[in-house]
Amino acid sequence: MKKLAYGLVAAATVANISVASARDTISIVGSSTVYPFATVVAERFGKSSDFKAPKVESTGSGGGLKLFCKGVGEANPDVTNASRRIKQSEFEKCQKNGVTDIIEVLIGYDGIVLANAKGSEPMELTRKDIYLALAKLVPGPDGKLIENPNQTWKDVNAALPATKIEVLGPPPTSGTRDAFAELALEGGARKIDDIKKLRKLKADQKDEIAVLVKKLGAEAAWAAAVDKKGAKAKGKDVVKIIGRSVREDGAYIEAGENDNLIVNKLVANPSALGIFGFSFLDQNSDKVQGSVIDGKAPTFDAIAGGEYKVSRPLYFYVKKAHIGVVPGIEEYLNAFVSEDAIGPDGYLIDKGLIPLSEDKFEELADSAKSLKSLEL
Amino acid sequence: MTNSVSISEKRTARLAKRHRAESRFKWFGRLSIGFGLACVLFLFTDIISKGIGAFTQTYINIEVTFDEDKLGINQSSSEKEIKAASFGSFFKKSLREQNPDVTGRRDKRALYALFTSDAPLILRDMVLADPTILGTTQTVSMIADDDFDTYYKHSYGRDLEEGEIIGRLSDFQISMVEKYVEAGVVEKRFNTILFSNADSREPELAGIRGAVMGSILTLFVTLILSFPIAVATAIYLEEFAPKNKITDFIEVNINNLAAVPSVIFGLLGLAVFINFFGMPRSVPLVGGFVLTLMTLPTIIISSRAAIKAVPPSIRDAALGMGASKVQTVVHHVLPLAMPGMLTGTIIGMAQALGETAPLLMIGMVAFIVDAPATVTDAATVLPVQIFLWSDSPERAFVEKTSAAIMVLLAFLIFMNSLAVWLRKRLERRW
Repeated sequence: MKKLAYGLVAAATVANISVASARDTISIVGSSTVYPFATVVAERFGKSSDFKAPKVESTGSGGGLKLFCKGVGEANPDVTNASRRIKQSEFEKCQKNGVTDIIEVLIGYDGIVLANAKGSEPMELTRKDIYLALAKLVPGPDGKLIENPNQTWKDVNAALPATKIEVLGPPPTSGTRDAFAELALEGGARKIDDIKKLRKLKADQKDEIAVLVKKLGAEAAWAAAVDKKGAKAKGKDVVKIIGRSVREDGAYIEAGENDNLIVNKLVANPSALGIFGFSFLDQNSDKVQGSVIDGKAPTFDAIAGGEYKVSRPLYFYVKKAHIGVVPGIEEYLNAFVSEDAIGPDGYLIDKGLIPLSEDKFEELADSAKSLKSLEL
Repeated sequence: MTNSVSISEKRTARLAKRHRAESRFKWFGRLSIGFGLACVLFLFTDIISKGIGAFTQTYINIEVTFDEDKLGINQSSSEKEIKAASFGSFFKKSLREQNPDVTGRRDKRALYALFTSDAPLILRDMVLADPTILGTTQTVSMIADDDFDTYYKHSYGRDLEEGEIIGRLSDFQISMVEKYVEAGVVEKRFNTILFSNADSREPELAGIRGAVMGSILTLFVTLILSFPIAVATAIYLEEFAPKNKITDFIEVNINNLAAVPSVIFGLLGLAVFINFFGMPRSVPLVGGFVLTLMTLPTIIISSRAAIKAVPPSIRDAALGMGASKVQTVVHHVLPLAMPGMLTGTIIGMAQALGETAPLLMIGMVAFIVDAPATVTDAATVLPVQIFLWSDSPERAFVEKTSAAIMVLLAFLIFMNSLAVWLRKRLERRW
């Protein structure tokens, strides 16, 4: 019993010391898409500088920003990675919690690919095909939105093979899924004339919206948009709801956040397609092939040049108040934005990151050096 | 007569039917055991066949002339000067000199990519350890890059089918690999890096030391907290607590807690230890606290069972000899119940060792380069390392994942065998 008492006292003391002493490791949280890149920088930074290697947690973009915006102080992370830009609401929350100065760094791009196993027929799709194949609601023969009836790719587009639509992709919690829904599905939905028209309607054009909503039979989506935005609801909000909902009848198969698993499942099932980040395609180019989307194959150059449309920017955010408190943050930031890391020949590019264009890179280097705060 | 014959016939028929039922039942039992064994065998074969490759690592023995002029340092240079020397460009330059026929930027980059990205650091550490090698030519066993390693281990010298490509090496790189192999400088060795390094994003440099250390520290905290608390709880509830509604209520709660999904303990840990007490994220101390909460019910339940199994006659005898209640428990019941308690503890620890979900909540799922030394250093544990590696894009992490699973299984088998052995060896039967 004495030993137990000593043990408890010892444990309590250790806990106290650790809380009281300053943190000497940078704490990074955030997107699982940026994680493979941030960890490489962290590791190299730890090896080549006198600072300790930062600790990187993969919490997802939203989860990371939530932790990041909790406040200033050692208990909170110093840096968060995101596979999308910080939202207005998140920025406001940050401000409210005292995280007033945030440095935004755009590090590069990530392409989202739709791939199938090597050896099976390569697919040539448009974003409209993807929308018609995977969205929950698609226009029926009379132009009204109906539950997606398409069973094979041929139903979607006569030029495509008559194989069953089977797409393995990440679950709704994933940033990859959000980006895919926004870029590919909604992007495809906009190619439908009525949806395109609806998207352009402003909040004060209620009558025209009502006509189009009736024509599309999208009353439920409109009601949901009004529910969310109130009087400010506009055509764009309805399109967001229609365009970004994924069908739930088994054609889209949620395969978990593990992209390697999706690659392996594709090899086992040659007729299925899978959705994952470009870096996984790059690493597994002997097993899977990326589908052509809107006439462009997901190659490094096409994504970097912006011709391959399903790609998104990757960011990280730094808490300015922690610079100088936790050692090494500024140096880590500089290591990340160096030519060595994200320049056209940088080591992150070898890992599958799509680099910024030259102007953007220069702009970034300047703003990172001056530690410019983000304003939204 | 006819009546009795028919009865005996019926009896024989019924007996035969019962025998058939019995043998059917036995066969069902054998079949299910066989099925279970087949599954285990399949799992083990799959893991071992995938992971066995990770226990070897490819090295390339190259000649490096540590030219003082090129490095800009000499034997009297201070440590700081050596550290500042640019070993990166020096290494690239020596590679180019050894392969003068490699021209063009793309090919040169492809050549550098055959070696680990830590090559400059390895050379630097050599000079730091022994500055007298400056000016001499040394044979350096350089770690091969993961793509080289995978290719050499799994597809080199094999007849590939038409159109079959393995790995990401370009044709030029494959020709370079062949050149090195023909020169006899490529060798496979036991992969000590796997055990001596902590995590890395370069598969050829990644090891499980950090995760094993994290697991040990976390389990240490769990053990020193959960064992005494659980034993004290079990003894009190079994020997001293009055039998009333409150005791019943506590008992029901303990049994309930044993069945609560572990992730909930993680949430509790996040709310209480990190958010309320302000303890740091990702440290084995908090991990140990959370796993203590999780394993306590398991250990309490098995400890109570062990105490219950001690015959009342022993207590009666001790009390009859004039021992107090506490003396009876400490001198007689506890030693006799100890083997059962230890078994329960080891099984609880094995369960804690394999746990990932609660640690997810308290930030122990993180990329950490330095192996932890104390319970307040950021750390991960073995199952988390497996999870992180399985999610990495680099192909070579597939075999690392399986290798880490093998190590984890070895630990688990060891702990469970220890529990069985302890029970066999120390347990007394009445």
